[in-house]
Parts: sequence; C-alpha cells; structure tokens
Amino acid sequence: MSTAIASTGFSQEAFDAFLTTRDEPGWLIDMRRNAWRRFEELPMPSVRDEEWMRTDIRLFKLDRFGLPHSSPLDASPAHATEPHGVLAAGVEVGGRSTTLDGRLVVGELATKWAKQGVLFGSLDRMAAEHGDLLRPYFQRHVVDPFRDKFSALNAAGWSGGTLLYVPKGVRIEDPFHSLSVLGDGGIDFGKILVILDRDAEATVLTEVASLSANGGGLHCGSMELIVERGAGLRYVSLQNWGDEVWHFAHQKAHVASEGRLQWTIGALGSRLSKVNQHIAMTGPDAEVQVNGVMFTEGRQHLSYNTHQHHQAAYCKSDLLYKAALQDHSRTVWRGMIKVEKDAQRTDAYQRNDNLMLSRDARADSIPGLEIEADDVRCTHGSTSGRVDEQQLFYAMTRGYSRREAVRMIVTGFFQQVFDRITIEGVRNALSEAIGRRVRDIKEAVA
Amino acid sequence: MTETLKISNLHVAVEGKPILSGVNLTIHRGEVHALMGPNGSGKSTLAGAIMGHPKLEITEGTIELDGRSILEWDTSERARAGVFMAFQRPMAIPGVKMADFLRHATTNVRYPSRKEGEQLIPMREFRKELREKMAQLRMDEEFARRYVNDGFSGGEMKRAEILQMAMLRPKFAVLDETDSGLDVDAVKLASQSIAEIGGAEMGILIITHHDRLLEHNVPDFTHVMLGGRIVETGGVELARELYTEGYDQVRARHPEDAAIEKEMTSIEKKVASGAA
Ligand SMILES: Nc1ncnc2c1ncn2[C@@H]1O[C@H](COP(=O)(O)OP(=O)(O)O)[C@@H](O)[C@H]1O
Ligand SMILES: [Mg+2]
Repeated sequence: MSTAIASTGFSQEAFDAFLTTRDEPGWLIDMRRNAWRRFEELPMPSVRDEEWMRTDIRLFKLDRFGLPHSSPLDASPAHATEPHGVLAAGVEVGGRSTTLDGRLVVGELATKWAKQGVLFGSLDRMAAEHGDLLRPYFQRHVVDPFRDKFSALNAAGWSGGTLLYVPKGVRIEDPFHSLSVLGDGGIDFGKILVILDRDAEATVLTEVASLSANGGGLHCGSMELIVERGAGLRYVSLQNWGDEVWHFAHQKAHVASEGRLQWTIGALGSRLSKVNQHIAMTGPDAEVQVNGVMFTEGRQHLSYNTHQHHQAAYCKSDLLYKAALQDHSRTVWRGMIKVEKDAQRTDAYQRNDNLMLSRDARADSIPGLEIEADDVRCTHGSTSGRVDEQQLFYAMTRGYSRREAVRMIVTGFFQQVFDRITIEGVRNALSEAIGRRVRDIKEAVA
Repeated sequence: MTETLKISNLHVAVEGKPILSGVNLTIHRGEVHALMGPNGSGKSTLAGAIMGHPKLEITEGTIELDGRSILEWDTSERARAGVFMAFQRPMAIPGVKMADFLRHATTNVRYPSRKEGEQLIPMREFRKELREKMAQLRMDEEFARRYVNDGFSGGEMKRAEILQMAMLRPKFAVLDETDSGLDVDAVKLASQSIAEIGGAEMGILIITHHDRLLEHNVPDFTHVMLGGRIVETGGVELARELYTEGYDQVRARHPEDAAIEKEMTSIEKKVASGAA
C-alpha cells in the first residue's frame, strides 16, 4: 500500500516549506534551524567512522525520501482498520496514541490523569500548546542534535511523536501506550519525549511497526527520557518495522539522583537498524536496568551502541542484551560503560549473549569499559555460540524432536531476559512476538 | 513374548577412534542388569550408543528392540519407543522450567505419533501426576518451577533424572552412575525410588561402581566391562566382589582386554599432558 506523502527532498526550500506547516513557538523553530544547518554540514556517516565501521549504509539513499510535507495535524488518510499493536492488548491504559507516517490517528488520555496535570499525546500539539512548560526540557538537548547527520535531521525535521509529562509526585499504575505505524515507503521522523518530574512514576509502552511485514520506508527518530529525582520509569519499546525499513535512532535517558529506570527493548524488524541507546545517571543512587531482545532473519542488520554513563556516585546499571540470529542476518553490539571520576562506588554490569541459528549469521559483540573512578565494580561478558549439541541430545532422549528441542532451547535463552521484566503483559507480549519467530525457525545447524 | 533390548557384537568409534569392540548384552523387560568397570572402559559410550548419540559411529554390530534394529532411528524415536537414559552428567537448559520440559517430553513419549504443534497432556492432569511423583520421590514442589538442571546440586540433578524416568515410564532404562556424587542416604533414597517407581517392570541397566544402588534393585546379572568389551558376567555376588576387591583380579583374568584398556587410557594421558 502506498501513502500520500509527497516528497520534496531535503532542500532548503523543502525545509522552509516544512517550517511553514509548523505551528510552534519561535525558540523551537530556532532550534530546528540550527539543527538544519548542522545537518547540511555533516557528511553521511561512512564505514571509515569508527562507530559505523561494521554498519555499511552505502545502499541507503536519503534523497529517495523527503521531509514531512503536510501538516502533521491533518487527518490521516482513512484506513479500513486501525492498527493496534501487541504490547497493550487487553490492558487498561492510562492513555494511548497511534500515528500513521507520523500523523496522529488516535490520541486519548484518561480524565483522571488529565485532571492531575498529566500531559500525553502528540508532541506536535503539546509543543504548540505547552511550549513554556516544555522549553527547558527541549533545551537540555538530552539527545545531542549535533551528534551525527541523523540526530541533526531529526532535531530539524521531527514531526508527530509522543509526549508524556507526569508532574511531581503523580504515580500512575496503568501504562501509556504509543504506536507508530509506517505505510510502505513512508517516513517517520518521530520524537518521543517522556518527562517524569520528581517522585513521579509511570510505565510507557511504545511500539513501531509497518502496515505490511515486508514494507519499506525510513525512520529517523529520537527518544528522550527524563527521570527526575526519585522518579521511576518503566519504558518498553518494541521495534517491528517491515523488512525493508531503514531505522536510525538516538535514544537517551537522563536519570537523576534516586531515579529508577527499567528500559526494555525488543527488536525484530527493519532492513537495517542503527540505534544509539545512551543512559546518563546524572545524580547519586540512580538505578538502571536495560533489557534487550533481538531476533533477526533474512539479511537484516541490527546495530546497537549502548552507553552506560555513570556521572555520579552510588549508581547501579545492569544491561543484558540477547540476540538470536537466523539466515544471513547480522547484529552488532557495542557496549560502553563509562565511569566518571566522581562516580565512586559505581556498580555496573553489561552482558550480551548471541545464539547463532545459522552458519551464515554473524554477531559482533564489543564490550568496553572506560573507568576514571577508583572504587567501582564493573563487569562485562559476552557469548556467541550455536545451540549446544549436548543440550539437543539431552532433550531428544526425552522424546523431543530435534526441531522441538531447538525451539525450546531458544525460548529458554530469551526467557532469561523476560524474567527480568516486571510487567506481566509486556513479558507475555514479547515472548509471544519472539515465540512467533521461534516457530518459524527452519532448521538448526550443528 | 517378553520385550527385549538386544545388543550384538557392537563396535563403536568416536572420531575414528574405536571405543567399544564387540559388546554383547541382552536385557529382557523385568530384569535388572548391573554394569561395572573401571573408568574409561566404555560404559557411558554404550549408554550413548543405545540412545543414538550423533557423535558415536556404529562400525559393526546391531542394537535391536523386540527384534527390530533401531540403529537408523534418531534419539527422539528411540525415546518414544520406550528407551531411556539417566545421564551421568545431565545437561542444564536455562530458561526452561522443569514442569514445562517434562510435560512436553511426557506427551511425546506417551503419544509417540504426536506431531509438533499438536496438543500436550492437559495442564491439570499433568500437574497432578507430577506432584504425586515428586511426593513419592520426596522432592520439593518448588523443583518443578526451577529451570532444568540449572544451578542444581549433583544430588538434585540425579533425583531429577529419576523423576523424569518416573514420568516417562520407559520400557528400558540405562542409569549411568546415578549414584555418583550422592551421599550414602541419598543413594539409599535413589535406590528405593527406582524400585518404587516400577523398576521391576522395566529392563534396567545400572551403571555403577558401588553396590548400594543395587540394594533395592538386586541385579539378575552383573557385567564387567574392560577395554571396550564385556569380559565377565555373573550374578549379584560379582557386583559385591568388584565393589570390595576392585578390578585387578578381573584384569588378571583378562590380560588382553587389560592391555587394550591400558592403551586407551595411556593415549588419553598423553593427550592430557600434551595439552597441558
Ligand atoms: N566424545 C568423546 N570424544 C572422544 N573420546 C571419547 C568421547 N567419549 C568417550 N570417549 C573416550 O571413550 C573411552 C570410554 O569413555 P566412557 O564411555 O566415558 O567410559 P566410562 O563411562 O566407562 O568411564 C574413554 O577413553 C574416553 O576418553
Ligand atoms: Mg561414564
């Protein structure tokens, strides 16, 4: 299915035209202009850049796409069925938002939370209506707009997106759900901004998907999670783009003192993903847990740079990424634990396990430590291997067929991450999504 | 006709290296056989060959179940035909709960023609039976929720193997050193358990170094393996003798097999010291 976005490329005229469609405060327009200048200056990343060494995007042609053309608040083309996603099925939600190609289809917030000052919905509209409140958060530049060409492009041309703002001390049990859907060949320049003010608590479930499983398109996104002092955020994002989608994203969290963040990502889709996931613990006693689950097939390439940045003392971060790879697919994980001089008594952990289901798949796992404090505990580990023949034999002596045994072992491999996820519905939805992939496992290699 | 597991003139090699050279052994359902022999003599290899371990190459001889050769059957088919093995070193399967693992296994073994994706034994029914069996084996219920052999102590693993045997109700079972690593009381309990779960109805091959596991499962036959062959077969008294006297007299009575044993273990020592 094709969507009605007229591409006008990435020319100055196109950008000026884009700005005229925006109904937003001047400071925000200025931010966009600055980022645009940077976008024009910066070269496209290449394999000569260390960070992109393993991720070749020469086949990606930016000029096949263009800036969002019409106003994001225009109604979307009517769709026979509204997409639903999987993370919040059957769950009572505090609010939900659905966009198609960056344009809002559904936006709802439960009245009881609205009454307490919670804001939730399209970031376009929120920036227009609550500019003064949001300005300092925008200007923090949690994601550095000048970091690379994609961060600059998103900062200049973001559109659609989602905001959750939870005021001081408001604690919300029901999760918020946001779904972004991409039509074939479409673009999504979404920006997600989550702000939990002091002692607030919330759960956010975000998922992205394509209308068709083999759809193409471009996502150039950003995600900023701001967890203020004593606040607690559980954040889940499930990436299920179509097989031909190019996915570039910068995701970053600021966790202030005594803040807690549980961040779970599932990555199943896209042709190529290059994601920077960065967590900065900005005040003492912050606690962060990161869970990652990936399952790749075909010729998919998923590349994740994770960064656990300990800027203050007594913080704890714990990262576990697990990937299963089929066919000719490839994953790259580069993990960095960075401990600043003042971040004494840091407790940091990172681990990446890869299960190779095909001889032609490849997983690169590159952990890294950069430690300037002297009283810390930092550990890392990574494993890559095939399904163990002895385990298979053992299961088969119990009557499992070889394929059943492989599927069981793969399921168990991921279960170890699911066990860390404290939201039951999410655990089930993720294991169901993974389970579907597991059922497709063609054949195990020895 | 009684059901029979018959091994004839079995030769087995691993990576081209001969390990078993002409094993003959016939087990009828309802019989208990003890298999003893020094370390490295090939006992576990025989167990693996019975189950069809893919690394083991059968170079000569047959294994028959009720007159039909099972050599072409894969491990799963052998299990579904009622052949079981308790591992000397069971494998851990992290992330898979014992109860889920066993429910699937039990369904496959009891309904051998089950295809992948077809129904499993109803949860309730299965849980009830599992709980009963666990009570019988004096196992904590919590066991069922733990991941298969993951972080189990040696004793827990061996008891879990017996539990699996109890659920799968095989016709023939090989217990490979189910007593090693257990303390005296635990071995007693294991011995008793095997008898209680209906050991008498199976044909059992108990691989052991001691006679304690045999206390409640008195062997009808005791076999001694040396250098990859069964060199002697006797009754229960042979098991006692081997336990108390060791294998030197057996070696003296079978100098040729002892020489092969020596050669097999010396190669190993060379490999070990070469690697060090
Ligand atoms: N997978 C294997 N690869 C190479 N050699 C093996 C393997 N399994 C067993 N062996 C060799 O086969 C011989 C018999 O071993 P095993 O059957 O384990 O003896 P037992 O159980 O009687 O102690 C030993 O020499 C051992 O090193
Ligand atoms: Mg052995």
